[in-house]
Amino acid sequence: MAVLTKELKKDLLKTIIKIRRFEEKTIQLYQIAKIWGYLHPYIGEEAIAAGACAAISKSDYIISTHRGHGHSIAKGADLNRMMAELLGKATGYCKGRGGSMHIADTELGMLGANGIVGGGIPISVGAGFSCKMEGKGRVAVCFFSDGATNNGVFHEALNMAAIFSLPVIYLCENNMYAISMCSDDAIACRDVAKRSAAYDIPGVIVDGTDPEAVYNIVSKAVQRARSGKGPSLIEAKTYRFGGHHPNDPAEYRDKSEAEYYKKEKDPVVNYKAKLLEEKVISPEEIDGYEKEIIQMVEQSVKFAEESPEPSLEQFLEEVRSI
Amino acid sequence: MREIEYREAIREAIIEEMNRDSKIFLIGEDIGKYGGAFRAYKGLLDMYGPERVINTPISEATIVGAGIGAAVTGYRPVSELMFIDFTTLAMDQIVNQAAKIRYMTGDNLRCPLVIRTQGGAGRGVAAQHSQSLEAWFYHVPGLKVVMPSTPYDVKGLLKTSIRDDNVVIFIEHKMIYLNKGVVPEEEYTIPFGVADIKREGSDVTIFTYSNMVFKSLEAAKELESEGISCEIIDPRTLVPLDEEALLNSVKKTNHLVIVTEACERGSVASDISAKVTSKAFDLLDAPVKIVAGLNTPIPYNSTLEQASIPHKADIVKAVKEVLGK
Ligand SMILES: Cc1ncc(C[n+]2csc(CCOP(=O)(O)OP(=O)(O)O)c2C)c(N)n1
Repeated sequence: MAVLTKELKKDLLKTIIKIRRFEEKTIQLYQIAKIWGYLHPYIGEEAIAAGACAAISKSDYIISTHRGHGHSIAKGADLNRMMAELLGKATGYCKGRGGSMHIADTELGMLGANGIVGGGIPISVGAGFSCKMEGKGRVAVCFFSDGATNNGVFHEALNMAAIFSLPVIYLCENNMYAISMCSDDAIACRDVAKRSAAYDIPGVIVDGTDPEAVYNIVSKAVQRARSGKGPSLIEAKTYRFGGHHPNDPAEYRDKSEAEYYKKEKDPVVNYKAKLLEEKVISPEEIDGYEKEIIQMVEQSVKFAEESPEPSLEQFLEEVRSI
Repeated sequence: MREIEYREAIREAIIEEMNRDSKIFLIGEDIGKYGGAFRAYKGLLDMYGPERVINTPISEATIVGAGIGAAVTGYRPVSELMFIDFTTLAMDQIVNQAAKIRYMTGDNLRCPLVIRTQGGAGRGVAAQHSQSLEAWFYHVPGLKVVMPSTPYDVKGLLKTSIRDDNVVIFIEHKMIYLNKGVVPEEEYTIPFGVADIKREGSDVTIFTYSNMVFKSLEAAKELESEGISCEIIDPRTLVPLDEEALLNSVKKTNHLVIVTEACERGSVASDISAKVTSKAFDLLDAPVKIVAGLNTPIPYNSTLEQASIPHKADIVKAVKEVLGK
């Protein structure tokens, strides 16, 4: 079982900060229309991607969602290519064709963000079959949020993964809302984890704002998956700090509720404090991380802005050949 | 005359119908307090309460299925699928159930169901949120397909759709919700299968629907300055289709250009082209020309996105080609 070394803790913090600063920048760029279409920030939920991706290795797979930047970053994506994709540039992960909702990279084992809620969940079953057939102990972590669990595909996929003992970790990021609908109103049993009973697989709840808790629980599920015992369902309780997208004022939820989470449950603030208290890290080191990351993010914007647009001629050529 | 936005016209139609008939209810995602993804249902939850404005989880198949079940038991639901791209998740319910239920039960089960949705490109929302899938529904026997372009049309046709005893796929376009147009205060409905001549002309017929009506109108304006007179026919409902209006126009102009945002392969446009060619070959002075979207998933990059759908210039070019100019 993996242990939380000092180094690992620092890495978790770095990842969380990286996701936060990247997302803050994307919102700024969205507001000045350099990024367009749909943008779904992951702010408030960073600890889940960080903890989960730290618990798997580079060769493992992840399946992501429309709110997927954090997953990519935690899996080791290059910020330059991510930002370039968000700006629709030829150097982006999808050559500018996909934008925020479709970032994917074979080398990273990142099997795709998705514009269809729940769209990735059945795909995880295929990744699971592939891991199992290959027989090298590879696993897949399938991210989705509360809303996705109300679509039929969720049930089909978890049932199938269970009967075939597939090495997939189902990781629900329950941020309490699916656009405007509160998960307590949408999910009959309220806790997504309880649904595991229907598939006879482990179902656990974890504090999704605590990266170490996520890391520990995912590690356990990964171990189970690698040893051929099949899938697990983990429900990480979290909160979407902003609206569904940058232009959503989130009028459907209580202001005080959002204030509470921002004040008490901010993974960046809390994890910094925890590591300082444990003397794992010094304030100077944290400042160093912040500076380094802000520079990386700025660099990614520069890279994206200086990158070429995809070629229109080439696009038309390709279309003609289909 | 009063001008209102397309989405306000939708809202007015819903309110008038819901006030008239207590059997009508709305069901879909984020249609409660949020008022729908395009805010067409703003305030309706407060007006009609959660029994008639049913906000659901993300469960497209059941949003349609629940509509079917309520419809065959005496209600008149309006099921909303936020994007036409998400009809894919409800295809069994739409194609195998709704479309066939009345016929295959020997008229035992009537299904007065409206499925409201929207499609189209132009907002940078990429391949899974920008499609034009009307051909799928046009192809399936048992479905009516309505695609209104103006606030006037959307209001009158939504009312007719709600009153119809059959399944109606009601497809809006995401780029036109804020368009304003004349909508009378007094009540009216628009019958299915009656095309509207959006512009009269004599040299060429442009047959088009939904957002492409506006691009065709722009093209017609430009062509007018070059002495070319375009007649624009908007069928408003693809099923049933007003073939007579189309053929009458072609009889007058002897030239036909069909404009659609959907890609051409297997499209409504190619079907209509085939119809006209086989039924009225003698009326045509030149082969029918189709201006369509490119055969590609819609890209995110806005230059590529724009390049994948027709524009004024494409229509102008096609009209000139058809006229040999
Ligand atoms: C099948 C499908 N239905 C509806 C939508 C529109 N939509 C986009 S995000 C979203 C909410 C998703 O909620 P959840 O799964 O909880 O993820 P969150 O946005 O909270 O991260 C909805 C309804 C969609 N993209 N796909």
